[in-house]
Amino acid sequence: MRAVKLKKEKLDIFLTCIGSYGELWGPVRQDGRHVLARIDLVSQIDLSALRTTLPFKKLLFPPKFSMFRYDEKGYSADLSSFPRRMIFGLHPCDIKALLIMDEFHAKEFRDPYYYERRNRTAIIGLSCIPDEKCFCNLTDNETVTEGFDLFLTDLGDFFLVWVGSSLGDDLVRGCPDLINATVGHDDLNRYISWQKHRSEQFKMDIDLTAMPDIVELSLESPVWEQEGKKCLSCGACTIVCPTCPCFNVSDETELGKAQGERIRQWDSCQFREYSLVAGGHNFREARAERLKLRFVHKLQAFVGKFGKPACTGCGRCIGTCPVDIDIYTMVKHLHGEEVKA
Amino acid sequence: MSLAVRTENPYLPEPMRLIRRYPLTDDVHFFQVRAVDMERAMSLTYSPGQFMMVSIPGIGEAPFSISSTPSRPGLIEFGIRRVGRITDKIFELKENSVLGVRGPYGNGFPIERMIGQNLVIVMGGLGAIPLRSLLLYALDNRDQFDKIFLIYGAKRPAEMLFRKEFISLMDREDLNCLLTVDKDDTGKWPGHTGLVTTLFQYVKGIDPEKTTVVVIGPPVMYKFCVAEVLKLNIPKHQILMSLERRMKCGVGKCGHCIIGGYIYTCLEGPVFSYWDVLHMKGLI
Repeated sequence: MRAVKLKKEKLDIFLTCIGSYGELWGPVRQDGRHVLARIDLVSQIDLSALRTTLPFKKLLFPPKFSMFRYDEKGYSADLSSFPRRMIFGLHPCDIKALLIMDEFHAKEFRDPYYYERRNRTAIIGLSCIPDEKCFCNLTDNETVTEGFDLFLTDLGDFFLVWVGSSLGDDLVRGCPDLINATVGHDDLNRYISWQKHRSEQFKMDIDLTAMPDIVELSLESPVWEQEGKKCLSCGACTIVCPTCPCFNVSDETELGKAQGERIRQWDSCQFREYSLVAGGHNFREARAERLKLRFVHKLQAFVGKFGKPACTGCGRCIGTCPVDIDIYTMVKHLHGEEVKA
Repeated sequence: MSLAVRTENPYLPEPMRLIRRYPLTDDVHFFQVRAVDMERAMSLTYSPGQFMMVSIPGIGEAPFSISSTPSRPGLIEFGIRRVGRITDKIFELKENSVLGVRGPYGNGFPIERMIGQNLVIVMGGLGAIPLRSLLLYALDNRDQFDKIFLIYGAKRPAEMLFRKEFISLMDREDLNCLLTVDKDDTGKWPGHTGLVTTLFQYVKGIDPEKTTVVVIGPPVMYKFCVAEVLKLNIPKHQILMSLERRMKCGVGKCGHCIIGGYIYTCLEGPVFSYWDVLHMKGLI
């Protein structure tokens, strides 16, 4: 993979230079949190942002959107109007989640709503220094070598820019005055020491070794019932999770007319109605069963399906759950360890 | 299912015309549909055991098992029980109205593994709907299978789906058609009387290694019938069943039909083996 250099003070101009590609989205600080927002002025971007409250998924499969219209004549879909976008500032955990979502939405039946948006989305990754909630090192997502068009590593006064795609190459070549194509030994050494420094910053003390097996052998454990009693079934964990794609479908008919739209909206496996079928039988009536579904899916299931866990270590669920049921506490519980409140 | 990824919009229903409908029982009706486009109608293929999503604009969609056989192309048949908002609307549809249908979805029965084997089809309740597809398929391709048994138990004759059709099969020499009702309140019932489990004594002269048994019915039936089937020494992976789950998409995306955290019933099911049930927790 090709790498080039970009002076840090030139980032603003660079993002403006490549701006003709489409809308720029990036992390901004809002009410004490970071959110992924449309950027009008490059200076609004907060380069120190770690996790945005909602991940990139809100742009690739929005919380609520119309799949198609229906009227007396039948059903008709229009997928032509999605804007081109650049998402700036995705960290390795989210880029890994993006790769999982790419694969998920391509499998068996390709999801056109995802891919029409995805194919119009450029990804510009950005390096990060982990905080106490980060554990991408434990999920093998510490670095990424694919899933982005450009990836910027902050090495002080310049960014080392990995060029990950043909589009990324075009973007860089479109701004020749801002890019230094010569990466020397000194630059490489700085990159290596930065990687070492970053690796030393992880603080999370959970052990994910053999986690799929531990989950399999813990399916009858009392821990699910114990945590199920606390769970509020609010669904916040699934809303913030970058690898939670589940949705519900409903029809919205215009008042007094025979026409309307079929709406797709984020759903949560933690909601009571999730597994309820016509006739009234609920396959997951108990909160413990719904919790089990989520954690089996995150910690075990995807290993068989995709060769890796669906949890990328972004840390969003930690601190989002109002009663502290998250990957950290559940892994501790599954190991039979005490969890400090 | 083919390995190729399907690239058309899988969420968009296609127009199908309701050709015929009539009651099978008080609350289960038969619906025969055909793609409005003639070419599409004739090229639409599926496997016994697959299902389709039927759409009612303004209300939504739900999955329904296909009851017809792909060996008789052109028409697709469903047996639908009136049980909720969508089926209420489907029951209001008149013949010749156009409805939205998409699919087929699901794995269906592994026909290629069943060829050359004895086939024991065990149905109860709504299980008769998908199993009629398999039965008709096997009868239409009779030389591909060894002995065929049909076992169907209903509470009363009036509750037996496809009653006339199945009674007419009792005369066939190439099929062991074993029908039973718990109680005959008509005085004219030509079949057996008693629980469905009493019919397994008539399944004789088969090599269990070369036999596939398919059981579809209400949960209580699985429990008792699988016990009978195991007594016949049928290997666990040759005992098949079909499961019901909530489904919103049918194409492995919406998540509602997930079993055990990773099995999408709409892709890897709805047909599972008894071995699947034993080693993957949460199936039944």
